[in-house]
Amino acid sequence: METLFSLVPLIVFLPVLGLLINITFGGKMSEKAIGVVASTASGLAFVVSVLLGVALWSSGGAAHSLPFADWISISTLSIPWTFRVDTLSVTMMLVVSGVGTLIHIYAIGYMHEDVRFKHDEGRYRRFFVFMNLFIAMMMILVSGDSYLMLFVGWEGVGLCSFLLIGFWYEMDTLGRPSWANSNAAKKAMIANRIGDFGFLLAAFTMFWAFGSLQFNDVFMKASQIAAATPGVILLITLFLLIGVAGKSAQIPLYVWLPDAMAGPTPVSALIHAATMVTAGVYLVARSWPLYSLVPDAQYVVALVGAVTALFAATIAAGQYDIKKVLAYSTISQLGFMVAAVGMGAYVAGMFHLITHAFFKALLFLSAGSVILGMERGHHHLPHQEGSNEEVFDPGDMRNMGGLRKQMPVTFWLYLTGALALAGIFPLAGFWSKDEILLDAAKNYPVVFVLLILAAILTAFYMGRQIWMVFFGPPRHVAAGHAQESPRVMTVPLMVLAALAILGGALNFPGLNSLTTWLGYTIQPIVHEAEVAPWLAISWGGFNPLLAFLVLLLALIAIYISWLIYGRNPLEAGQKDPLKQPLGFIFTGMENKWFVDEFYAAIILKPYGAISRFLADVIDGRFWHDWFHEKVIAGTYNFVSKTVLDLRVDQQFIDAIANGLGNLTRGASARLRRLQNGFVRSYALAVLLGVVIILGYLLLK
Amino acid sequence: MIGELGGIPLSGFLAVSAILFTMGALGVLIRRNAIIIFMSVELMLNAANLAFVAFARSYNVLSGQLFVFFVMTVSAAEVAVGLALIVAIFRSKHSIDVDQMSSLKG
Repeated sequence: METLFSLVPLIVFLPVLGLLINITFGGKMSEKAIGVVASTASGLAFVVSVLLGVALWSSGGAAHSLPFADWISISTLSIPWTFRVDTLSVTMMLVVSGVGTLIHIYAIGYMHEDVRFKHDEGRYRRFFVFMNLFIAMMMILVSGDSYLMLFVGWEGVGLCSFLLIGFWYEMDTLGRPSWANSNAAKKAMIANRIGDFGFLLAAFTMFWAFGSLQFNDVFMKASQIAAATPGVILLITLFLLIGVAGKSAQIPLYVWLPDAMAGPTPVSALIHAATMVTAGVYLVARSWPLYSLVPDAQYVVALVGAVTALFAATIAAGQYDIKKVLAYSTISQLGFMVAAVGMGAYVAGMFHLITHAFFKALLFLSAGSVILGMERGHHHLPHQEGSNEEVFDPGDMRNMGGLRKQMPVTFWLYLTGALALAGIFPLAGFWSKDEILLDAAKNYPVVFVLLILAAILTAFYMGRQIWMVFFGPPRHVAAGHAQESPRVMTVPLMVLAALAILGGALNFPGLNSLTTWLGYTIQPIVHEAEVAPWLAISWGGFNPLLAFLVLLLALIAIYISWLIYGRNPLEAGQKDPLKQPLGFIFTGMENKWFVDEFYAAIILKPYGAISRFLADVIDGRFWHDWFHEKVIAGTYNFVSKTVLDLRVDQQFIDAIANGLGNLTRGASARLRRLQNGFVRSYALAVLLGVVIILGYLLLK
Repeated sequence: MIGELGGIPLSGFLAVSAILFTMGALGVLIRRNAIIIFMSVELMLNAANLAFVAFARSYNVLSGQLFVFFVMTVSAAEVAVGLALIVAIFRSKHSIDVDQMSSLKG
């Protein structure tokens, strides 16, 4: 069993092998072969993860570190590439590769149609290369044994996210030529850079305080350092929170995630719902020995998560795009998870992470199925009606309606996901959300209130979406002609639906298998405060009263959504019925509370102004025009032209050379007169010379 | 000690020699006719010959007499070359005026 642990590098290198095969030979392979290679690579990584889980279970759950390669080694700084196999990392590996494989299979069918609707079949292969790269990077992230290896994966998945959001980089989401998609990709990249800045600061502080970035070293010394300099741990944890806010789309950095829906739907499901965005939750859970030492930081994290959960839920209730609703719902659910790990309820957070991965992937992929169904319906129309020129948004819920008759399989799958998300008994979301709410109720009343409100809104907006998409009359002819998706897409969805139904069994009250499993790695310090008597009732960490209350609220919310959207279905072109009574509040929800505009006004505009100022005045006028042109070039010209050229070269060196020449010429001009050609004058000279010499000799 | 000079003192010979040499030198410097210049050169040579002979006789050594023969031989050769030059110049310039021959003027 121990030898199974040495398989761990395969979780990274199998997807790498898959992408290498597709890069090298993909040009000659059929679409199906490309998809099969990519899915197999991901699937084998899942098999390895399962084997690792079995090995870990049979060896008692103790963490294993497997050195793989030396990476950085500079004097005292030594950062090897070591794989860490413990219950937390294996849980993440299973989620990433398991859900990832299902999404790969789904993408075989989805991308087949997507590349045809967008008229670029060559991009099919590229998609699967990026997807495999993503799996590899995510595996590096969750299996790293140090903060720096985690950061390598962290950046790698950020890159894949950028590449895949901008997959259709030359168009907008409706396929019109535009830079909208690539701008969305850049937005994600830049928002994540801000988060990464926080992560790096945390890593530097950690290295400064601990002298190491290995998890074990840091965690061993944590309590020592906390006793000596308590501020350092607080600083590290808050810096890490910035990283978490970037990657896991929390306030204030969440703005990139809704725009990230520009990527193909399998990407939204895999990266922007199930796996990458949960990396922040994983990071906090992984850093539990640090967070457990600073309750202040924990409270900040919990509050950020709870506020995000409620804030995003209000926006989700006002959106019309089927994927945008799910995107804001994802932010909201990530808020739940961050709040949970912030409260010290690491197991509840991880539990919700897993169940959320199941039902949100299911929802996104079903939404993809709905969108493709609408596209297929729309594709049939031009031949009949010639409405080819119309710009049609297949993801707009105002165009949908009545799809349960056209797409029954998708309808049931979507309904399962929606009920799981809304927290309806006995689906997965019910159990995991309840655990979080119970922890909040016990220790953090403010967080509890925020989360309860978010949970009610969750049920409401999912009800709204179901009524708008699947019930009532079709509001667009395309919805009337929508067609069901092929089996390659629906079968992975059925697996996910089964997981969304049964996922609660992972940590079923009384059995608490996930708590035990993660307990090998995480020992949360529970702040057992005085709690109200009704909260003290417990059945294996489960409070039936609270659960019943939350379920009741969710059902009421769904009933309200039926009153508004289900009883009187929207007509084509009709405004949202909430717009009238809620007025400007709904306008705010509809327009995402104008956060993007707010950021544009307080950050982008001043930033642009400062950039222009720096470019025009500082760089252009000061550095270029004045300093470079006047000072440097002027001095250079003065020195070279006036001093060196005129004074030194012309007036001194040339003067010497010319002076010698002129002297020679002048002297010869005078001397030539002696050569007058008269023989007698020469003779006279000779005579005089002889007379002088003789005279000298005689008179001497 | 001093050889017999027919009662005339050596200074007399030397004075004649000096006068002859001076006349020759002045002739060379003053006259323009190439022939006359030649003759003046001969006069200077013979002035030197006279001084040689007078000293040889006076000191009773033969080397002075010997030198005179050499001078006469060289002057004969010189006259031959010089007259040939003058003939050549005359052929080209139709004149033997040395002042006309100033082609080497600087």
